Order: sequence, then C-alpha cells, then structure tokens
Amino acid sequence: MDAALELRIHGLMVQARVLEDQLIAMVHGGDGYFWIGGPGEEAFNVPLGLLVQKGEGPSFDYLHFSYRSSATLLAMGAAPIDTLRQMRATATDPYTGGRNFANHYARREWNVLPVTSAVAVQYSQSIGTAHVQKREGGTGITIVNGGDAGAAEGDFATCLVWSSRPGAELPILILVMNNHWGISTESRTQWPMTDISSRAGAFGIRHARIDGNDVAASWAAIESAMDYVRHERRPFCLQADVSRLHGHSSSTGGALVDERDCLKEFEAKLITEGKLSREDAAAIWEKHRAALRADLEIVRGEPLPDPATIHDYTFWGRKEQGT
Amino acid sequence: MANMAQAIRLALHYAEENLGVTDVFGEDVGPPLGGVFTATQGLRTAWNSPLDERGIVGMATGIAFTGHVAVAEIQFCDYIFNALDLLKLAGNTCWTSAGAFHLPMVVMTPVGSGIHGSIYHSHSIESLLTRLSGWKIVIPSTPIDAYGLMLAAVEDGNPVFFLPPKALLRVKGAEKIPGEPEDSRELHARIDAPLGDRTRWSPRWPEVQRYVVPLGKAKRLREGRTATVVTYGRLAPVCLNAAGELAAEGLSFDLFDLRSLVPLDWEAIVASVGRTGRLLVVNEDTAVTNFGEHVIRGVIDRAFGELTAAPVLLSGADVPGIGMAWPLEAASVPQLPDVVAAMRAIAAAPSREAGGIFSPPMRLPRYR
Ligand SMILES: Cc1ncc(C[n+]2csc(CCOP(=O)(O)OP(=O)(O)O)c2C)c(N)n1
Repeated sequence: MDAALELRIHGLMVQARVLEDQLIAMVHGGDGYFWIGGPGEEAFNVPLGLLVQKGEGPSFDYLHFSYRSSATLLAMGAAPIDTLRQMRATATDPYTGGRNFANHYARREWNVLPVTSAVAVQYSQSIGTAHVQKREGGTGITIVNGGDAGAAEGDFATCLVWSSRPGAELPILILVMNNHWGISTESRTQWPMTDISSRAGAFGIRHARIDGNDVAASWAAIESAMDYVRHERRPFCLQADVSRLHGHSSSTGGALVDERDCLKEFEAKLITEGKLSREDAAAIWEKHRAALRADLEIVRGEPLPDPATIHDYTFWGRKEQGT
Repeated sequence: MANMAQAIRLALHYAEENLGVTDVFGEDVGPPLGGVFTATQGLRTAWNSPLDERGIVGMATGIAFTGHVAVAEIQFCDYIFNALDLLKLAGNTCWTSAGAFHLPMVVMTPVGSGIHGSIYHSHSIESLLTRLSGWKIVIPSTPIDAYGLMLAAVEDGNPVFFLPPKALLRVKGAEKIPGEPEDSRELHARIDAPLGDRTRWSPRWPEVQRYVVPLGKAKRLREGRTATVVTYGRLAPVCLNAAGELAAEGLSFDLFDLRSLVPLDWEAIVASVGRTGRLLVVNEDTAVTNFGEHVIRGVIDRAFGELTAAPVLLSGADVPGIGMAWPLEAASVPQLPDVVAAMRAIAAAPSREAGGIFSPPMRLPRYR
C-alpha cells in the first residue's frame, strides 16, 4: 500500500467513525430512537469498500451486509447525510424511506441488497446472486458478511453447503466479522473454536483468519481472497477479528468500551512513519465533524414520511394494493 | 386432458421458454425424478437442490434480486416452517427498500390432505401464509387454472405462493390447455418420463400457448340463490358435487372457487352475498385464525346489511395433525357429507328477522 492509499483509507475511517459517533449522539439527543453500527470494524470495512467492483447487475459485486457495514458504504461513496436521514427516519432517507433502523442500507445501483435486522439470513440469500453470477460468467462476485454469534444460525451452514456443491461452486466471499460477542454472550462460551472460518474447510472451501484491526493485513487478505473468488469462481471464507467499540447497540448504552481501536492504531502508525502530521490528523477529524453537524441541521429540517404512504410498495407495480 | 401435475409442467415449460424463468429447483425437482409429484419432469432449467428449505427460499430470493426469475419448490408445505423467516423477508423486501428492490419469484408447495399422508403430508398452510404481507397466494383446483395461475405468478414480479392441492395433482381436467394434444395418451407419451432408466429420455413438448388466469379473480363454479359458498383448493370439486346433490332438494348455491387468496376477489363475493343474503365458507385449514374468518369479516365489513343469516365457516378441526387412520383424517378435515350438511344448514338457518340464533345441525369443528 502506498502512502496516498493509506491516507485515503485513514480519511474514510475517520469519516466512518465520526458518522457513528454522530448517530449515537443523535439517539441520546432525541434525533433518533435506536443505534447499531460498526465502530471498530473500519480497518477491514474501508478496504473492503474500496476493493468492491461497484455497479448494478450480475457483472458487478453483490453485497449482502449486516448492520455494521457503514464504513464499507462510505468507502464506496455513500453520502453520510443519508445515514443521518435514516437515523431520523425522514421521508428523504434514500435507503428505506424512513422505514428501517439506521445502518440498514439498500441501494440498487450499487448492488447493496437490503440490510435486515434478522441476523444471518443474508448468508442464505447470498447464494442466489452468486448462482446467477456463476451462470453469467464475468468477474462479478457476491460478498456476504455477518457476525460470529450469528454464524451459529443454519443460514451460515446453508451458505457453506450451497456454495460448495460439486461442479456448481459459487463465486462468493463469505466473511465472518468476529467481534467475540453476541450482545452479552461471549463467543468463547458458545464456540469451541476461535476460527469459525475453519468450518469451511470441511467443505473444501479455502479459508483464512486475519487481524481485522490491521489495515494492511485486511487489505492484503481481501485483495487476495477477492482475486481468487473473481477468477476461480469458487468460494472463500475469511474471518476478520475486529472490535466492538461501542458495545452492541444503543440498547446496551452505546458507550465506548475498552477494546483495541483500529483507527487510533492506524493513525499513530501514520504519524510515526511521518506520513501524517498531528495537526493534519486533527484537521481531518474536525472537517468531518463540522460537515456532519451541518448535515444534521439540514436533516432536522426535513419532513417525516406521510402516514398516507404506509401501503406504498407492499407490492411492486402498484403503489397501493389492499387485499 | 392433462392432470394438474402435467399442467404445471406445461406451464413451467412455457414459462422457461417464453417468460424468462431461469431456474426451477428444489429437493428432487430435477432429473431423474422431476419432483415427487412429477410436476417438474423434463424441464430444461430444473435442478436438484440440497435438502435445505431455508437455502431453497434464500436461493430463490437471491436469484430474484438479480432480476432472474426462479420457481422454487418446497416438497410438501408441511416442511416450509423452517423457512418462515426467509419467506417473511422476501415478502417485506419491496416495502422495506421503498420499492428499490422487488422479487420476481414463485414458491410452489403442495398443500392439504387427501393422500393418506398422515401428520406431515396433509397440512394446510394458506391461513398462515396470508400473514406474510407482500406475498400473493394462489391455489388452483383444476389443471387449466393451475396452468393459467402459474403463468400469472411468474409474470407478476412479486413473490407468489403457488399452492397445488396434493389430492388434485393427479386429477385430469375437463378443459384443454391451449395447445395440448387432443388425446391424453399422446400427452402422456410425449411428456411423462418412462419408469426405469431415464438417462436417454427427453420430453417432446406440445406447442402450448399463453393462457393467463389473472390474480385476484374468483371463478364462479355454479349459479344459485340459496346461499353463497366460497371455497378453494381440494374442496372446490367437493363443494361442486355437494351443490349438485342438493339441487335435487331445490337448493341452488352460488359457488365460487377463489383461486387467489391474495389478492382476493371481494367484488364477486360481495355481489353474490347481495343476491343470496347467506354465506358459507369452506376450507380444510385448522379452525383457529382460519383464512375463512377473514373472508367472513370482510363480508361483514362490506355487506353486513345484506346478510340475512349468520355466516358460517366449515373448516378443519383444531388439531395439531391429521391422523393416519382414515376415520381420523375424515374427522379432521371436511369431507363430502360435511359439506352437504353445511350447505343444508346454511340454507335452513333462521333469518335475522326471525330472530333466530344460528345453531347448525352439522358437525362443526371444536376449537379453543
Ligand atoms: C435471527 C435473530 N435472532 C436474534 C436477534 C437479536 N439479536 C440482534 S443482534 C444479536 C447478536 C448478533 O451477534 P453477532 O452475529 O456476533 O453480530 P454482532 O452484532 O456482534 O455484529 C442478536 C441475538 C436477531 N436480530 N435476529
């Protein structure tokens, strides 16, 4: 990685972190009801977003994400203000029109499939987009992520089974974001292994476990796994060990916890290596904070959804359709 | 004439050649079997999946995300329960994404009793499925309707449940599917796989034509003035027979096969109740929170003033399963004598003007 790329990643990590801080503040300040998000996953999620082949349709990557993927979305070019809109559940929320929690993205022109609160179901859906991509050829792949606790759901096994059928292997990058927790339950009390990705081995699926708090390790692992999936048209299972810096969600308070902070580490490294000055770093943080403060003022002035629209889109092709 | 399984096969053949269906799949759906009811035999796009209902629904959803159209089979509706959460998600995807994504997919799963299927091959599921908003639900009772409803389902662009009644899959129709050979032996020779080695077999499809049954249109099976009878699925031909029997007693029933539960043809039902003043709903799902209750409630909401007697629901009993022994099955889901009794009862029910509280002489299911 050259310095320019490192600085770009750093900027996006700061933007993502500031966005999550802002979302938590919005809940505490009455501008939203519930927060769940990805502070602590930026070192992995920003590289992922930069490496995605972005676009619409099977020749581009399909993204089946969980609710901690904000940094990936920002790295792909999403506007932070849109996440504030979703937090405030305004009519202008471009992802769900005020219908879903913040960090529950859906963006057709980037193949970002609707994020849902139901844990792990995306592993079951991801096989379908990958199946079409296998048939269509090309270099588009399917990327799916989820948490360590949710990997106990049948959906994760489904993903392993269906992506490794003999002769019908699927181009799918199966990610496990291991933050070592499911709400209040520690992984080590439920899983006998520390590397959940090793389960893929039984299916003949290549797999690896990496330090997801390390930007360079994440970049290298994602790049090489993607390269394999893109060109061999076969699955790869990658586990990234990450932090959960503000606990599970606002339901557990959302306060900062004492875990490794990938952004602090990365920023310190850039400063030590002379690639970034302390002043410039501070300016980057302040730039993003100020931008978000301004965004919040805009969003506060935007309307909530019209209650008359509750029936819209129950069915496609007809805005309103009763039964 | 084609039976319902053959009609579904012909519809899927038409759909994969003309309507963009890319995948017909599920457990034992591809060669050599072509489905446990043979409804997918010989299809170009049919393939066998792992034995994993969540995976089947997830796969169909994922395919639909790309704009390709999948028809996925759950082998028996009795085995759909572990996929409910993925079905709910498919139903809410268009709404949740404010219209950004919609899912052109069909989940086909045989329903109901009548094949001596005991506890896990006799269930009805439609009442439960109607609670998954965002899904359309069709249930054919004849081969021609199965053909036309399947084409409509595939073209709809929304998730659609296609629920063929198990007991009717082998029953031949009275109406020819457009393009179907005159002689059913010829159809058999052309599209039914031989027993034994099938490795060299391929079907010789007839040139079937487009024929669509629009979703949300009930079929009037009989005209009458005594009472409106609303039914669907396995009990549609049973109701038809019952109404035929009772014609000799001077009773005439306005009989509707709904065909489509979501959307529902309120217009036809309400207009009929306006003519008869009486309503009997007949199905075989379990008694509590039965879809028939919704039909009755809808009629009360729309046409209470037209009702001259209390509406009646004849449903399956409130039991956790359907027992293997025939007397147990017969006591659990309506049979012809039950339907006849219910029709006589609705005909004889005292009118509101007469101040009668309705107490039907028929065997009503016990419920909680
Ligand atoms: C199917 C399902 N069951 C339960 C929940 C409630 N729930 C929300 S998040 C969560 C823990 C998830 O842990 P993990 O999969 O490790 O992901 P993380 O939140 O740690 O990123 C639970 C139990 C849910 N959302 N979905």
